[in-house]
Amino acid sequence: MIPEEKKLNILDVLSAGIPVVEYPYKELAKQFNLQESELLGFIQDAITDGKIKRMGMVLNHHKLGFVANAMVVWDVPDCVVDKVGNILGKQKCVTLCYQRPRQLPEWRYNLFTMIHGKKRQEVLAHLSQIIDNNALHEYPRDVLFSVRKFKQGGARYVNE
Amino acid sequence: MLSELDIKILNRVQSDFPVCSDPFSVLAIELDIDKALLIKRLSELQQDNTISRFGCVINHRKVGKSLLAALKVPHEKMEDTVTLVNAYLEVNHNYQREHAFNLWFVVTAATQCRLDKVLDELESKTGFPLLRLPMLKPHHINLAFDL
Repeated sequence: MIPEEKKLNILDVLSAGIPVVEYPYKELAKQFNLQESELLGFIQDAITDGKIKRMGMVLNHHKLGFVANAMVVWDVPDCVVDKVGNILGKQKCVTLCYQRPRQLPEWRYNLFTMIHGKKRQEVLAHLSQIIDNNALHEYPRDVLFSVRKFKQGGARYVNE
Repeated sequence: MLSELDIKILNRVQSDFPVCSDPFSVLAIELDIDKALLIKRLSELQQDNTISRFGCVINHRKVGKSLLAALKVPHEKMEDTVTLVNAYLEVNHNYQREHAFNLWFVVTAATQCRLDKVLDELESKTGFPLLRLPMLKPHHINLAFDL
C-alpha cells in the first residue's frame, strides 16, 4: 500500500514529467522506492477513479503553428447555462468548455471556452459559425486572444 | 517540419499512453514502426520542444484545488508582475491576453488553504485585485490536437 501523502507526491512527479526512455515506469518507480508493478497499479487505479484525466504527451501548440489561441467567454443566464455549455462543448474546434462563477461587477461571464487555430481569422470564423449554427447571438460574449505565453506546464503540488 | 510519420506518432501519443512495463513496444506495434526509432524520434521531438511535456493530466476536481485567476496589469508593470507570478510553482499556465484583465493563469495547490494563501500573496505582492474563477462544471475537455 502506498501512503496517502506519498500518492500526491507521485501524482506531482507524474504530471511534471515521465522520462522518454525504454522503461519509463521502472525508472520512475526507482525514484519512489516502489516496485514497478506497484506504480503501474497506482496509475491504473488513478485513471479508473478519474484522478488522472489523460496519460500522454502534451504538444506545444505554438510550435505546431496553432498560434491563434482565444479564450471566448459568454454571459449565459443560469437557467440555460448547462444547455449552452453542452452545445459549445460539442463543437469540434472547442477544446475546453468550463462553467465558472461571475464576479460582478468586474466580470459578467460564466462560460469559458478555448478555441485554437492557425490564424486569428480562422478562429473568428469558427466562432461566427458556432454562433450562427446554434443561434447564440443573444448571449453577450468577449474574445480574449493570447498575446504572449509566459508559462505552460503541468500542475504542481508543492509541500507547504 | 514534421514528417507524415511524426504526425502519425504525435496523433497517437497525446492520450491513452499505455500503462505497462514496456509501453513503447505496445505503441511501436500499433503504429507499425521500429521501437528504437519511435523512442529516438519522441526524444528529439521533446528536445526541440514540439512535445512540451510527457506525463499525466490531473483532474483538479478530484485532486487538490485549482482555479483560474486574472489580473489587470498596467503595461509598464507587466514584466515585473509576470516574474512575480511565475515564481510560484503553483502557477501552471500564464498568458497575456487582449482584455482589461490582461494576465490569466491557473493556480493549483494540494489544499484549499494553501491555494487561498498563494492567491492572497499574489494579490498583495502585485498590488492588483485578483479575479478568482474556480471551475463550477466542466462541459468538455479535449486537449489533444488533431494534426
